[in-house]
Amino acid sequence: MENKKFNITLRVWKQKSEDSKGRFETYNVEGIIPEMSFLEMLDVLNEKLIKEGKEPVYVESDCREGICGCCGFVINGDVHGPDEHSTVCQLHMRRFKEGDVVTIEPFRAKAFPLIRDLVIDRGALDKIITAGGYISVNVGSAPDANTIPVDKNTAEKAMDYATCIGCGACVAACPNSAAMLFTGAKISHLASLPQGHPERTKRVLNMIKIMDSLGFGNCSNEYECEAVCPKEIKISAIAKMNREFLKANFLSEEDPDLPPVFHQSTVDVPEDE
Amino acid sequence: MKLDSKIPSGHIEQKWDNYKFNAKLVNPANRKKFDVIIIGSGLAGASAAASLGEAGYNVMVFTIHDTPRRAHSIAAQGGINAAKNYKYDGDSVYRLFYDTLKGGDYRAREANVYRLAQISTQIIDHCVATGVPFAREYGGLLDTRSFGGAQLQRTFYARGQTGQQLLLGAYSQMMRQVANGSVKVFTRREMMDLVVKNGKARGIIARNLITGELESYSAHAVLLCTGGYSNVFYLSTNAATCNVSAAWACYKRGAGFANPCFTQIHPTCIPRSGQHQSKLTLMSESLRNDGRVWVPKNKGDKRNPNDIPEEERDYYLERMYPSFGNLVPRDIASRAAKKMIDEGRGVGPTGEAVYLDFKDAIKKQGKEKIKEKYGNLFDMYYRITDEDAYSVPMRIYPAPHYTMGGLWVDYELMSTIPGLFVLGEANFSDHGANRLGASALMQGLSDGYFVISTTLPNYLASTKFEDAKIEDEEFKNSKNEIKNKINKILSIKGNKTPTEIHRELGNIMWEYCGMSRTEEGLKKALASVPKLKEEFWENLKMVGGEDFNQTLEKALRVADFLEFAELLLKDALNRKESCGGHFREESKTVDGEARRDDESFSYVAVWEYKGEKKEPELNKEKLEFEYLKPTTRSYK
Repeated sequence: MENKKFNITLRVWKQKSEDSKGRFETYNVEGIIPEMSFLEMLDVLNEKLIKEGKEPVYVESDCREGICGCCGFVINGDVHGPDEHSTVCQLHMRRFKEGDVVTIEPFRAKAFPLIRDLVIDRGALDKIITAGGYISVNVGSAPDANTIPVDKNTAEKAMDYATCIGCGACVAACPNSAAMLFTGAKISHLASLPQGHPERTKRVLNMIKIMDSLGFGNCSNEYECEAVCPKEIKISAIAKMNREFLKANFLSEEDPDLPPVFHQSTVDVPEDE
Repeated sequence: MKLDSKIPSGHIEQKWDNYKFNAKLVNPANRKKFDVIIIGSGLAGASAAASLGEAGYNVMVFTIHDTPRRAHSIAAQGGINAAKNYKYDGDSVYRLFYDTLKGGDYRAREANVYRLAQISTQIIDHCVATGVPFAREYGGLLDTRSFGGAQLQRTFYARGQTGQQLLLGAYSQMMRQVANGSVKVFTRREMMDLVVKNGKARGIIARNLITGELESYSAHAVLLCTGGYSNVFYLSTNAATCNVSAAWACYKRGAGFANPCFTQIHPTCIPRSGQHQSKLTLMSESLRNDGRVWVPKNKGDKRNPNDIPEEERDYYLERMYPSFGNLVPRDIASRAAKKMIDEGRGVGPTGEAVYLDFKDAIKKQGKEKIKEKYGNLFDMYYRITDEDAYSVPMRIYPAPHYTMGGLWVDYELMSTIPGLFVLGEANFSDHGANRLGASALMQGLSDGYFVISTTLPNYLASTKFEDAKIEDEEFKNSKNEIKNKINKILSIKGNKTPTEIHRELGNIMWEYCGMSRTEEGLKKALASVPKLKEEFWENLKMVGGEDFNQTLEKALRVADFLEFAELLLKDALNRKESCGGHFREESKTVDGEARRDDESFSYVAVWEYKGEKKEPELNKEKLEFEYLKPTTRSYK
């Protein structure tokens, strides 16, 4: 395998803090090989900048395996770069060639304040989970794991929704900066499983209330979130969340103190796909 | 240093129950009065926060990341072991205990390992109840698969993303306690020091990574859940920010560091492609359920693997270890791969790889089935290598992955500093000299959900606490020391970046203290690491100031790795035997297998800090085997 080295021009968004003014800075990156990942190319640039005594480009990444959800920015207008359903860390330089001009900028959303350059604060997503993205069960109190069988297809569907890595790409890609795919994925994951049934009414109402309060926008069916999601989470998550929400509103208006058994039997949603 | 393992009395099956009965309790009304600091939000940290929060303690969790869900437990792929025996294939708590102790080459404490096996079944129950979507069979019950070092199927999994699902489960349980008001999460904070007052761990100094401010926090106990130190090798499967600094700070404050030389090299990682390489990506051990490992029979065979006929392939694991085949434990598989490569039969552009082939599995089960089981791994392999592993065999190579060594803890998970508890990969306790696949997740959750929630109250209820405030001298002094260290680093005007020095350290460690170790090599490394450390303090290139500064973060971590590396090398030099992941060339059998020396080395090596420029002192905890008598570990 011959390593053919090449050079690109990189335009990077530089901004000191949320309040300061940002601008694009242009760098020439030399000696790139196709096997490098995009982040390794940035490592090469940053090493060079540090050597020259200049400020490196601030960027976050951690596992570099596409699972921690830490990395993420916009490359030539594409959230997480040109590869479909991928995180930035999985993008490799074989997708680029000599002389390319590549523009990178942070995920932009009102609910994600900028910290520096490409580093943003996605803490709002934690707040949505804190509002109900869990099942209330204390350590040591669970019955044997096989007590409640879960249909294989249902378990697989729950898993599809549960694979969200919390990177925020869905928010960045949405023209309204909505976090509905993120929120819908968690609600759908837990609503699909029998273990998640007892709290599903409270869960969806609380999570949506908090989501709305954090400055995220609304869904207008652009499908951009689904297109960029590294874990290929389907927009059906939003449909399911909306149905859960309608049902919950109906239920809580009728009788907020319904016995749990009644909740269980009436909230069996038909499968959406 | 006093090493009291506090193993409870009674038969091994009753020890945990005996402990629980004798442990002191804290009245629910009083729990709120106790502050507990947890460092790290991986499986161990998040589950500890959840269980202690539920109980009603006042918990503070510190994470280096922007959100606690990023911790590196998230990257664990294959699965979690539990002695459920749902497959009715002969499993039991005793057998999991046996496999784990044997897998660790009889260098772990029996009582701890037995407790881990006992708790394993409750972990699965709890995780299912919290909504972890484990793989299921058509009948709706839980599915399991095989993992290395076991001849049965006890590994529960969620596709190739089990760590992610378990971590998100623990994270959600922790966030439930955040909603409940009992847990507070501090993001983007890095622990810089442990504060010890009157001989007890009473708080920490943390650096706010955005403002650069040094913050003090006091508590009645500190739980260190900061993972392992594989990044001492520079290239490893660990995430970029994984580091030894918090554990190292505790060591310098008096916590014994146990068996640092017990490091695990994982046999199936994607080989490196050049100097720019920043990390190595793991391909789950679960792939060895269906993939067959081979190299060409002839040296230097450069043909396309699909053109090499069956009779010219050497399925060496199946040949060398017929009863476990491709599912031998990690240390054995890694060494066998090294042997093939040393013989000149390695494959790929660098010759530093072996094949992991799914041809037969695809023929037998169909591509769809293989995709269902490992799809995300094949995708990841494709993105990194540009090769389709459904049609060409994967190329794999061993890489540093997990560290069995860590801070010494007793049966209660308490270190040699009262009030400092160490959970998960950060402690040394359960995996001996080699960890079996799918056991790290088990241990992290066992420690966090089930053990600490029982042992911490015993400490809190039986200890007399003096006042500890962040205005105390101990906090101020520690803060000043860190401030000075940071200023010193920022003032160095040299030429090498922290990453360059880290890479050099990694090269030394991998060459002399990697898959095989010799006295000569270790001595060489022990001569070069201090020189590199000197160079760091004289020739470091720094940019930026005291506030948000990713170069400074890196430099601080590299500074600690440089000090820690010396201890690791010393431990490796001291342990003249081969055992588990620690392979000394001088101690092998005629057929090249590891030769353990129980007579001289059946102990935990616990290193005690004696001050800068002073030799650390070696303390020994003798390992007693009452139930499983150490035998030669054979997988043939």
